[in-house]
Amino acid sequence: MSTQAIPVGSRLGATARSEWIKFRSVRSGPFALGATALIVVVGAWLLGAANRGSYLSASPAGKAAFDPVFTVFQQIELAQLFVGTLGVITVTGEYTSGLIRGTFVATPQRAQVLAMKALVFAVVVWTCCTAMSFAAFFLGQSVLSPAKHVGFGDPGVLTAVFGAGLDLTLVGLFGMFIGVLVRHTPAALAALFGLLAVLPIVFVQIPGKVTKNLGEYTPDAGTNAYQLVHSGAYTLGPWQGLGVLVAYVVVAAVAAFALILRRDA
Amino acid sequence: MIEALSLTKVYGGKAAVDGIDFKAKPGVVTGFLGPNGAGKSTTMRMILGLDLPTSGTVTVGGRSYQGRVWPLHEVGALLDARAVHPGRSAYNHLHSLAAANGIARTRVDEVLEQVGLASVARQRAGSFSLGMFQRLGIAGALLGDPATLLFDEPVNGLDPEGIIWIRTLMRSLAAEGRTVFVSSHLMSEMALTADHLLVIGRGRMIADMPLSELIARHSGERVDVRSADPQRMAADLRAAGARVTLEPDGTLGVVGLGSRQIGELAAERGHVLYQLRDVTASLEEAYFRLTGESVEYRAEFASASGHGVEFAWASGHGAAARAAS
Repeated sequence: MSTQAIPVGSRLGATARSEWIKFRSVRSGPFALGATALIVVVGAWLLGAANRGSYLSASPAGKAAFDPVFTVFQQIELAQLFVGTLGVITVTGEYTSGLIRGTFVATPQRAQVLAMKALVFAVVVWTCCTAMSFAAFFLGQSVLSPAKHVGFGDPGVLTAVFGAGLDLTLVGLFGMFIGVLVRHTPAALAALFGLLAVLPIVFVQIPGKVTKNLGEYTPDAGTNAYQLVHSGAYTLGPWQGLGVLVAYVVVAAVAAFALILRRDA
Repeated sequence: MIEALSLTKVYGGKAAVDGIDFKAKPGVVTGFLGPNGAGKSTTMRMILGLDLPTSGTVTVGGRSYQGRVWPLHEVGALLDARAVHPGRSAYNHLHSLAAANGIARTRVDEVLEQVGLASVARQRAGSFSLGMFQRLGIAGALLGDPATLLFDEPVNGLDPEGIIWIRTLMRSLAAEGRTVFVSSHLMSEMALTADHLLVIGRGRMIADMPLSELIARHSGERVDVRSADPQRMAADLRAAGARVTLEPDGTLGVVGLGSRQIGELAAERGHVLYQLRDVTASLEEAYFRLTGESVEYRAEFASASGHGVEFAWASGHGAAARAAS
């Protein structure tokens, strides 16, 4: 018994390795990221082609307000659906199957499990989504030409391209932590997309300056990250917008860590 | 060694486990027996640090589970065998558990071989039968070659061959000096596997003794008597100090007098006897007697005849013994 030596390497490294094996050994990861890539890259191409003509025939005011980055990045808001769902089911899948108990029997350090799960998820999703964002940018701009388009060195472009990848990653993490809080897939999805997609609409529909201002501070503010022109309801800049989303993710994370340590598994 | 002291778990004001004390020692198979809902799984979850006790403590090898750094090297557990992601292969499922405890990949292949799943190890677990899930769960418990093993209802869903396999496995694990703690709601299964029995009912420990002692103490001997005039026979037996139950078919179940004394008494009083039969009560019956008061969910039957073993818990023990045999 216990013929095996005490394992080499750190507890944290072993937890991360285990979470990575779990992430890569089910299909939901590649499926969700594949769908994200499809909608982001193909979407950029279609949107670029569609807006090339309409830009050329637009009024001078319309031309001034034209945002060549956001134009080809609009569909990223839809892509949040896939990445957010992936974040949710990465956690709720373990709860609903009961696997979470096996995980905690193998690793009683629950905070570590959640931290490494989030880290593995963030690294994979950020890498993929940033690569997609770059692809969508270059493809979108080349299709947009000869209409107004920007190059990689133009002001704000680098922020927007990285911002898109960060926004998607943060949405995924938000879904993951909500998944820990709610544990059931349908309820967690409803909570995530209620906050992400429905809440901003609610604020827009209620008349008044206060709700307009409040509406800027919903988790949807993360989408400011990939806009060059910040006008209308959105006056927060890219980093402020991401900051608002980060704040929501941090609150959800704090609640998730507190609950996962106290709750019976 | 697993040791529980005044272990209690309260859910919503109701005690699922109510101050139980027990020890599961190395080298023996300890059977943890009780009807469904008696608190067996809750106790197992507390042993494994999944549920926190409301009060009391439980330790494995002298330490609580939560603080362990590489727990699978010391404790292995089969809880809910179906708790596997249906889209993940058996190999990857075990590999993720192994990686979490620094266990080599070669060990994953070994345990898959040991439980007989090597040929389906790369298939998605969603296609597995319950018996295959049980084998996969047992493979997971064996991964770290631990000194303590916990199995929650391990024979559920196994075919007869699988049942014999798990019995043999548990006996051999105990023979190697390991602590083997097995829960079951089936007395018949425990009678073949366990050395020591803990019987739990409604969250309380109702028996904690070696299997042989449980049989000796709780099963008791009974004599079945069929006579021409059961009512008069019963009255005479009672007058002689026996405890007598009258079954609907006229059979008398007699406790407290041997068949020889009953025969002599019948001759003395001029009874015509059709049958005089010694009945060694089964372990199953001892279990029904012990837990009869503590079965949480039971089916009530108006008729005393024609019921099967499952429902016999609700009725008299005499009928239960016959249905079981």
